[in-house]
Amino acid sequence: MSATAAGVPERLTALVQALRSHGVRIGTGETVDAGLAVEALGLTDREHLREGLAAALLHSEGQRAVFDPVFDLYFPRSVGAPQDTRHESGAGRAWRDSDTADLRERLAAALAANDQELLDQLAAEAVDGLGGYGTANGAGGPGGSGGSGPSSRSDGWSSHQTLARLRPETLLARILAGIRAGAAGEDEFTDRLQADEIRRRIQAFRGRVGSEARRRVAERRGTDEIARRAIAPTADRVDFLIAGRAQLDELRRAVQPLARMLATRLAARRRRAARGRIDLRRTLRGSLSTGGVPMRPVLRRRRPARPELVLLCDVSGSVAGFANFTMLLVQALHDQFSKVRVFAFVNRVDEVTDLIGRDAAGPEGLSARILSAAAVTGWHGSSDYGTSLGEFAERYADAVGPRSTVFVLGDARTNMSDPNTGALRDVTGRARKVYWLNPERRSLWDTGDSAADTYAEIVEMHECRNAQQLSALIARLLPV
Amino acid sequence: MTSGYFTSVDDVSARLAATGYLASPAVATTVFLADRLGKPLLVEGPAGVGKTELAKAVAEVAGATLVRLQCYEGVDESRALYEWNHAKQLLRITAGRDESWDETRTDIFSEEFLLPRPLLTAIRGSDPKVLLIDETDKADVEVEGLLLEVLSDFQVTVPELGTISATRRPFTVLTSNASRELSEALRRRCLFLHIGFPEEELERRIVRLKVPGLDEALAQAVVRVVGALRAMDLRKVPSVAETIDWARTLLALGAGTLDEEVVRDTLGVVLKHQEDVLKAAAKLDLDAV
Repeated sequence: MSATAAGVPERLTALVQALRSHGVRIGTGETVDAGLAVEALGLTDREHLREGLAAALLHSEGQRAVFDPVFDLYFPRSVGAPQDTRHESGAGRAWRDSDTADLRERLAAALAANDQELLDQLAAEAVDGLGGYGTANGAGGPGGSGGSGPSSRSDGWSSHQTLARLRPETLLARILAGIRAGAAGEDEFTDRLQADEIRRRIQAFRGRVGSEARRRVAERRGTDEIARRAIAPTADRVDFLIAGRAQLDELRRAVQPLARMLATRLAARRRRAARGRIDLRRTLRGSLSTGGVPMRPVLRRRRPARPELVLLCDVSGSVAGFANFTMLLVQALHDQFSKVRVFAFVNRVDEVTDLIGRDAAGPEGLSARILSAAAVTGWHGSSDYGTSLGEFAERYADAVGPRSTVFVLGDARTNMSDPNTGALRDVTGRARKVYWLNPERRSLWDTGDSAADTYAEIVEMHECRNAQQLSALIARLLPV
Repeated sequence: MTSGYFTSVDDVSARLAATGYLASPAVATTVFLADRLGKPLLVEGPAGVGKTELAKAVAEVAGATLVRLQCYEGVDESRALYEWNHAKQLLRITAGRDESWDETRTDIFSEEFLLPRPLLTAIRGSDPKVLLIDETDKADVEVEGLLLEVLSDFQVTVPELGTISATRRPFTVLTSNASRELSEALRRRCLFLHIGFPEEELERRIVRLKVPGLDEALAQAVVRVVGALRAMDLRKVPSVAETIDWARTLLALGAGTLDEEVVRDTLGVVLKHQEDVLKAAAKLDLDAV
């Protein structure tokens, strides 16, 4: 059933398969390298093996977030229930409330001491004792407070349930008090860092519980399935619209290198374009003096013009994550364009260029700042593309000219109001090019109140659901 | 083909440590693998975490010559691979006036007139070498194409001379700050290593090693504050180099403990942007007093 019993080559190829299914591109050559790495390192030290395989198989740091959990599944630390618990093995013995209290006590001590090994062991114990659910033996259930059935008979293990019952966050105050008491009341400067440090350790402990639960589930249901389903995608493949708070932070960190990459690419394209094309008419005219042989090619003079960028963003609640992210990207790309103007709308349009300019404050709460500082909503709070487009075409007609590329960002959900295609046509007529980036899945376009297909007839509309798609699109669409 | 400088991962850690480079398990493992598999090692990570130092340390341990190619925008074949010594060629032609053309032609494209640049230098000869290709991301894309041949087969083709292959593979380290995305083909030829900020304990040992006079408790406090700074959202988070700088500064100032005044006065050593300094000061409650 589970792949853990298989030999190393099988396990290695299964690991590679699982990584590929998460979008990590691994060729056969790298798999062979990984095999050589295993041979060179041996299987004795798990951390050496982990680093070795990562070095051979991965190509960038971002892939590490996928690699580590997958590695933990295929090369697990241990098999089955934790061996060396202080209690007699869980089989046939119910978990009591007093055990939870005892576990919390030991966890607090381990967090205070930052004892990595002990934390691993406690995570295993916690999942074993608190995370089990299901009705394999007819006793206990997901709702049973504090006591599920005997752990070894559970249907599965849930990290969410474990953490909900263990509540490691509530230990913070106790740990801090314990440390302060031990430090004999000295008020050191570094003490003010303590709370944050403990919080980070608790966060790391949550991760440990997660991977332990995954491992236990994988033993029961098969590693391959869990590897495919239960591992979060890398930041650049997370949907903008469903990204959680932590993932948005991650996305934000992904923007910086992305912007740099795009900037160099644009610069290279512009450099190449600067060499210019041959001006045939003037080359032939010049060749008269050499009897019609074009000795000296004349290059067409290049008009040095940096393109202008106009951004029209829907900042209503439903697509805020997307608009936020894209504006960050634009902020980073600022010096590539002679002029960038950004307009935000929900049902009224207002210019927000100053709010996201280069020297403006950090990206936290960008959309909140826009909503408070700019007049983007009228009488109600739901988005209205028709009115907004109309107002944009009317009030900011000067923003769009033959050198400007316009990006419209939004899901084209008009809340049943008039899509006002005339206004969009008007903008299209004046701009050099208009693109629409839609953060919704293509199959959802034109369902419900979406006017996506209506707009798509006028402008080029692209599905743009995650950072990967966005970077590919921007690189392809942006003018030289 | 193996270079065979190291016998095990622990051997790597121990011998690098002897030169003053404290390697994390990840670094030691990858160095050992690169040595064993004879593959180039691509090291990425923020500035100042010891990417270049790693190559230097390996060279020192292995008793190898360090050949360094510093990449920059506009570095080209003649800077990276080889050049013909035109002046010497001209002299040779003038010196042999009465020769036939054929004799001269074959003669002036011989090894004598070749000026080897870093990549060719690293490949020729049988003495141990460490090839460091520094800041690969700064070079243009064309240079990557050049590197592909060198890194996969460790050979260089000079049209007039033929292919020169390495008799002994150099231990190769490429570094990159990821300011440009390196091509997939180049990455495929290398083992990948990301050096991030070290664990608290490792960083403390590094600080103690590099700044021997510093008191243990102070070193610990410095590392903890730097750790807290890294968790903040700054424009430029401090790296190991800055931690060491800070430790040296504190030592020079004779600061016995880390208190608010000392931190406020020396924060500029660790943080490189004024807005970062302000933000960090606010978060650490430095103005509260």
